[in-house]
Amino acid sequence: MDAIWIILTGTLVALCCGLLGSFLVLRQMAMVGDAISHAVLPGIVIAFLLAESRDSLPMLIGAAAVGVLVTVLIEWLHRVGRMQADASIGISYTTLFAIGIILISYFTRQVDLDQDCVLYGEIAYVPLDTWILSNGTSLGPRAVWILGGALLLILTFIGMGYKGLQLTTFDASYAATLGISTVFWHYALMSTVSLATVVSFESVGAILVVAFLIVPPATAYLLTDRLPVMLGLSALFGFLSAVLGYGLAVATNGSVAGAMAVAAGFWFILALGIHFIKKRLHAFPARRKLPESYI
Amino acid sequence: MPTSAIEVHNLTVSYNQRPVLWDVDFTLPEGKLIAIVGPNGSGKTTLLKSIMGLVPLSGGFARLFDQPLADVRSQVSYVPQRESVDWDFPARVKDVVLMGRYRPQNLLRRLTRLDREVADWALEQVRMKEFAQRQISQLSGGQQQRVFIARSLAQQANLYLMDEPFAGVDAASEKAILELLLQLKDRGKTLLIVHHDLNTVRQYFDWVVLMNTRLVAAGPVEEVFTEANLQAAYGGQLTVLAQVADRVQEGGFPVRKKEVKI
Repeated sequence: MDAIWIILTGTLVALCCGLLGSFLVLRQMAMVGDAISHAVLPGIVIAFLLAESRDSLPMLIGAAAVGVLVTVLIEWLHRVGRMQADASIGISYTTLFAIGIILISYFTRQVDLDQDCVLYGEIAYVPLDTWILSNGTSLGPRAVWILGGALLLILTFIGMGYKGLQLTTFDASYAATLGISTVFWHYALMSTVSLATVVSFESVGAILVVAFLIVPPATAYLLTDRLPVMLGLSALFGFLSAVLGYGLAVATNGSVAGAMAVAAGFWFILALGIHFIKKRLHAFPARRKLPESYI
Repeated sequence: MPTSAIEVHNLTVSYNQRPVLWDVDFTLPEGKLIAIVGPNGSGKTTLLKSIMGLVPLSGGFARLFDQPLADVRSQVSYVPQRESVDWDFPARVKDVVLMGRYRPQNLLRRLTRLDREVADWALEQVRMKEFAQRQISQLSGGQQQRVFIARSLAQQANLYLMDEPFAGVDAASEKAILELLLQLKDRGKTLLIVHHDLNTVRQYFDWVVLMNTRLVAAGPVEEVFTEANLQAAYGGQLTVLAQVADRVQEGGFPVRKKEVKI
């Protein structure tokens, strides 16, 4: 039973992250996802200190807000401070992440968090922390409920906002000329990514969240040229990574989250191979077509 | 009485404290095919973008059909430079053309049957109907340009601002695009087009805006497109271009495109 809960948790994390990560990859903002996943740390610690609980709604929102703050900071350093985009990312999130680390080590007694857990997560302990009703019925792991709720929210966001996300990702200036706010869609996406990171963080940690945000979407990107299919494939590879990763972790008796990230990398390499083979097969007819169009 | 389609007044745009557009002032009539011509870096693209509200203005304003952009947005359509987007984006031709039907009001709703019909019609106009299901990265430059124009047509606007629609397109696409622009003009639409090929200005356009950061001249082609104004816009560069043209004629320059003649 524990195995199913762990795989389910991993799958939920992979789905939450992979669906949103698809848009990050297409917007060439993969590293911003990295930045958000680290920057939420001080938010999580402060929320812990204030709310004295882990799963309260205010805590989730507070922590997610810090993730959005880092994207504002990155924009500001880039636009106003005239820093290069990658340098702005590097400055903003390392600083915030480091503040989080200091807070943890300073308040170590008040906070039920340790640094290893923050960095790597502990998905193996997920089944232990169950949600028990007052009459004693156990509803299963708390994390599964939280992640499930987040996934529902993310699905609603992408379902309703599909056109906005698609258009502002493909051609932001054109969207602006239609009167569609690119700033709104940017921050809507950033807030949702931030929320996904906060809820996933406990299971997979700050470092591995990035793997779930980027690798399944990148795998899907190689295999399709349609956005809805890419979203579906991201989800599928997220699920497959959780399953294969769990098997790998059991076989090696190693870190589950780490094994799941490695599994995601495995699927990516497989897709890359397929992509190269497909390119080889298509290269010849494509080359033949060129002279007709370029006179 | 013909009203003005575009009125630009004292428009100034700067980037890093360097002016890209300086005090540009002109009024363009409705129903004309109008070229914006000037050397590289003369602010042609910035002019279009500032009219579309995409860049912050340091001074001045632009009005469309005697109204601010926000009030006439639905009547105005913009075709950005083809290179401004990533054509490896996972989308088919049809998906891109449908974007021309997106509005702030319908963004959260599904597209209607009418939207799909208009998109089909727009694709037909650019003679790309058989490519509707094609992945956009598998198109030639000219075909990509036609997809962008179809997306713009799907907006069913009255004023079209196009950034270099003839740049890097094959002869077939150039012909198709030109015919389409002439058709639109016949239907009373106004078209403002950034153009780089001085050879075809007389042939294609009614009006011309000549510029080099500042406005050099704006008016009907036969009045404004003169040697003196071209000299003023291009300065020393014209002689360089003329030298290139000579070299090409001598056969010393391996240029496969059209000859450069000025």
